[in-house]
Amino acid sequence: MSETKNVMIVGVGGQGSLLASKLLGRLLLDAGYDVKVSEVHGMSQRGGSVVTYVRYGDKVYSPLVDEGEADYIISFELLEAARWLPYLKKDGQIVTNIQQIDPMPVITGAMEYPTDLVEKMKQTGAKVDAIDCLSLAQQAGSAKAVNIVLMGRLSHYFDMPEEAWQKAMEAVVPAKFLEMNKKAFELGKNV
Amino acid sequence: MKKLMLGNQAFARGLYEAGCLFVSSYPGTPSTEVTEEAAKYDEIYCEWAPNEKVAMEAAFGASLAGRRSFCGMKHVGLNVAADPLYTMSYTGVNAGIVICVADDAGMHSSQNEQDSRHHAIASKVPMLEPADSEEARTFAALAYDLSEEYDTPIIIKMCTRVAHSQSVVETAERKVPDRKAYEKNIPKYVMMPGNAIRRHPFVEDRMKRMAQWAENCEINRVEKATVTSPNGRKVGIITSSTSYQYVKEVFGNSVSVLKLGMVNPLPEKLIKDFAKDNEVLIVVEELDPIIENHCKSLGLSVHGKDLLPMCGEFSQNLLRKCLGGLVWGREHTADQVLSVDDPIPGRPPVMCAGCPHRGLFYTLNKNKCTVLGDIGCYTLGAVAPLSAIDTTLCMGASVSAIHGFNKAGEGENEGKTVAVIGDSTFMHSGMTGLANIAYNQSDSTVIILDNSITGMTGHQQNPTTGYNIKGDPAGKIDLEALCKSMGFERVRVVDPYDLKATDAAIKEELAAKEPSVIISRRPCALLKYVKHNKPVCVNTDKCIGCKSCMKIGCPAISMKDGKAHIDETLCVGCGVCEQLCPVGAFEHTEE
Repeated sequence: MSETKNVMIVGVGGQGSLLASKLLGRLLLDAGYDVKVSEVHGMSQRGGSVVTYVRYGDKVYSPLVDEGEADYIISFELLEAARWLPYLKKDGQIVTNIQQIDPMPVITGAMEYPTDLVEKMKQTGAKVDAIDCLSLAQQAGSAKAVNIVLMGRLSHYFDMPEEAWQKAMEAVVPAKFLEMNKKAFELGKNV
Repeated sequence: MKKLMLGNQAFARGLYEAGCLFVSSYPGTPSTEVTEEAAKYDEIYCEWAPNEKVAMEAAFGASLAGRRSFCGMKHVGLNVAADPLYTMSYTGVNAGIVICVADDAGMHSSQNEQDSRHHAIASKVPMLEPADSEEARTFAALAYDLSEEYDTPIIIKMCTRVAHSQSVVETAERKVPDRKAYEKNIPKYVMMPGNAIRRHPFVEDRMKRMAQWAENCEINRVEKATVTSPNGRKVGIITSSTSYQYVKEVFGNSVSVLKLGMVNPLPEKLIKDFAKDNEVLIVVEELDPIIENHCKSLGLSVHGKDLLPMCGEFSQNLLRKCLGGLVWGREHTADQVLSVDDPIPGRPPVMCAGCPHRGLFYTLNKNKCTVLGDIGCYTLGAVAPLSAIDTTLCMGASVSAIHGFNKAGEGENEGKTVAVIGDSTFMHSGMTGLANIAYNQSDSTVIILDNSITGMTGHQQNPTTGYNIKGDPAGKIDLEALCKSMGFERVRVVDPYDLKATDAAIKEELAAKEPSVIISRRPCALLKYVKHNKPVCVNTDKCIGCKSCMKIGCPAISMKDGKAHIDETLCVGCGVCEQLCPVGAFEHTEE
């Protein structure tokens, strides 16, 4: 009986977290786990803070991940990693893109974008792996591949054979973008 | 074959497998994907109707014609369709009718948090409630069988967490029942008093028979505790839908669970027997205490809303906190969570860069207009810095309310008040309000925000776009001709990217002493066919840092080192900011 594991994918509406959760869902289902993936649709997609929960194990009940429960938080944007930090388990791992996207209160000058977030998150005891996914994605051929760079980095921590990831990618990534995404995955994995 | 499917996608699969042949719906989060996914099956005729009432009546017609039909909507959509629903309960069906209503506890994308089970009870229509994707699929097929056996429409109630979660399903083959011949049956289908009087006892008897079915059906099941509860007492929990998942997650096999797949009508004996087997009885249900009140009416002593909230969604931590004391005999103490000390700025949804609504709301705000708003992306016009909306009630309310606001305003409102309503919302419920303005003559100015799509729910076609749900050419309603035919002399079209023209149109129509319609027309910037301009850039030598461009709340513009800064990944070159700059600091990038 394996314990249920929890992954959260967080970011800003429109950043492409859907493909990441699709890939992860496929990978885990193929590996024989029970899987639940919970998404957000509708209004908050309009540039708001968005979160996807992925849970897997022998039998998964709740579709949600609650505070203090996440084994992994995968973040497309730095502030979002900090926002969802309370959801991380004590010994959980954060994998975050260092890209910063100003939210409206920062744009209007009502609030400041906090500085040194990576350091501050580390000071709480969280394990933080912060990488420049945008540069790596561009290196792979498209700024849109940030999601796959992050998945590549996650594979570094996941106990799952390389072939399983490759197979899942072939199943969910459109053929014409497959090579580019495989490159993005490699760059993320070996950064 | 095992597949991961969204609840709504699995629901559509269930419709397909059960031989559904006709789907008519109106989009609404979190229900939209049931219909979108059904439209991917070529064997099913699918359409977007102008509103939920029309959709349900179309589904009724398809049932009369002998084919299994479906209509889907969000919780507030069922208010619109309540009229046909309450009387379809009397007429019953020819071929089966399944209705999806998706509630939104937590209000992720809704204007209220109503509990649709009240509609099922009041209309005396049976309601099933799946707890995951596989149940969404199997309940769809079961619902058609029940619909035909008991001569009733069946409602399947989804919620955000079931609709928008993917879980594992096993698919089956499609089976299409033979078409049921339509037979004229005036006593059954013509609901005038003399006939309806005879149908009402049928409805009451049907609900009694369904309640009997609820006592022994597979979808209402008891899962007995296999280990002793930590407090040594036998605890029984009655629950349904996503709440069931949280109960199992937190309490596992240490409690007995009565999992209800049918929430209207509710069983009596099954619940009483379950209560007898347990020392402590708890109902875990989101929103209103409907199962709990049913238990109380049976004379049972039960916990529920004395411990659990009426508002918002549940989660595993919420159950630990609210029920831990009772179930475990000790209060649950949550561990200290990790967090950084800095305040984290919120990230509310915003209008997209290049959104055509932005220029209009900026102009309305500048003119200090009172703006009666409606339901759609443009509700975000209420958010700072635009802050340009005064009311949001329900679909179509802007057009109806401005009439009352102007008539009762003793002449103070006409010159500064507008109603704003999107193209899809106008088709849904705005036309009747406009008819009232034309008929009862108020000097009201209605602005139709025509972005050529149903935006908020994720780009669905509607009667003004010229395309159907499959993307094929379809009928197209001409908004200008429609308004003119209602008797509006003053109907004009403006491009909201052109601030000067928009400002002039608003000023002139507000000044006019007669009803008027302004169509603010520009397709949604997210539509695939919309060609974007190159991003603008800021000449920092010219920029004086006056923040005039910040007044429109564009997510692509921020201030960096005292100068305006454009995020090139977001900017679509709409040019609205350029028109606000007093020194011409915005420049177009070279190819």
